[in-house]
Amino acid sequence: MDIKINLADGVPLYKQIVNQIRYMVASGVLAVGDELPPIRALALQIKVTPNTIVKAYDELQAAGVLVKRHGSGTFVSDVGPSRLATRERRRIIEERIDALLTEARHLNVSLDDLFNAIRRRHALIAAKTGMDKASGEE
Amino acid sequence: MTNVVEVQGLSRRFGGTLALDGVDFCATQGLVHGLVGVNGAGKTTLIKHLLGLLRPTSGTVRVLGLDPVRDPVNVLRRVGYLSEHREMPEWMRVAELLRYTQAYYPSWDMGYARELLDTFGLDPTKRVGGLSQGMRAQTGLVLAVAHRPDVLILDEPSSGLDAVVRQDILDAIVRTVADDGRTVIFSSHLLDEVERMSDRVTMIHRGKIALDGMRDEVCGAHHVTQLRFAERLDRLPQIDGVLAASGGARSWSVVHAGPVERLRDAAARAGGDVSESRNATLEEIFVARVGRGTRAEAA
Repeated sequence: MDIKINLADGVPLYKQIVNQIRYMVASGVLAVGDELPPIRALALQIKVTPNTIVKAYDELQAAGVLVKRHGSGTFVSDVGPSRLATRERRRIIEERIDALLTEARHLNVSLDDLFNAIRRRHALIAAKTGMDKASGEE
Repeated sequence: MTNVVEVQGLSRRFGGTLALDGVDFCATQGLVHGLVGVNGAGKTTLIKHLLGLLRPTSGTVRVLGLDPVRDPVNVLRRVGYLSEHREMPEWMRVAELLRYTQAYYPSWDMGYARELLDTFGLDPTKRVGGLSQGMRAQTGLVLAVAHRPDVLILDEPSSGLDAVVRQDILDAIVRTVADDGRTVIFSSHLLDEVERMSDRVTMIHRGKIALDGMRDEVCGAHHVTQLRFAERLDRLPQIDGVLAASGGARSWSVVHAGPVERLRDAAARAGGDVSESRNATLEEIFVARVGRGTRAEAA
């Protein structure tokens, strides 16, 4: 499992783990029933204390993202996974939108200008990926 | 939760110098405790009291419920210790050193010691005198953990080591805590290492505890906040809880303790606004709380 810790973020380490696992579930990298690494193994891998992993797994369990099966391990929950994914996708996108809106406000960019900029970037990226696909097929 | 170490009102005087001044410190079973402070702050002096190597001028020290000065044998049997100096008999071979150390510890696990030597790629037939700094640290680490101590104490274990050996030490910390809930106390000047690898953080400054708490709470109680003002300011107005400020004119960055709302209110009175805020890193808290005092002292 590819989890990256960034101390400079100012986000508590357990929360960084929670957010990244939520993201993996929402994006389908982790599927229903997938087993998560044992606490000790994940602590050794990402170089944090075992208690930090425990705190992250506990929060994800309380949120219904993970389930602990006694004596076997921790798994991605099968309780309403699609609803969870939809909710997570919305949460992640809203977080980015909020950051973008804050930045726009500080730079005195109007909402209309922001919408136009998003459309322009979207068209540009779409054209570029279209071109990449075309050249890949040659 | 059980406290495996309890230090109360510990003071220690060396001649005219008060090296520790009324220190209270607890270590809880199953947690990793990070001890930070500038050189000479009192970290090593505190650790030496836990090992019974120093007698308190006043105050009490209990390790696993025992007084390490009065009952060193029963304390040291259950404690593992690695210092940055890594003093070992130079003429012994690594294997001999392991057998020699084993004699002191009823709980010594030679299988575990060999497994660690293997992991580190250490040759047991080598003489201690011929080991590199990194190999000495790895050997010292094996000696500190092979009796599976209830409390592992590491005093600046990463000092002067490359990234690979530093990683071996951090892995040993994780294994010690993950396997049947033992306890680690480690001091380090590498604040990012302490932030990653501690559940609880204690900051010592000039022989006193400057800050003590669970890492997430300590970092969550300090913020780095950007302030913007309508007018240019030569100096930031006095605001409660602000520990350090940088920047100037209309744009300032402050490290502060307490909620952002309080700062927002204070800034508003001076015609300013909060533009951005996040939790502070341990390094930022450390520099804001003790860094300036140290620089003033050096000047």
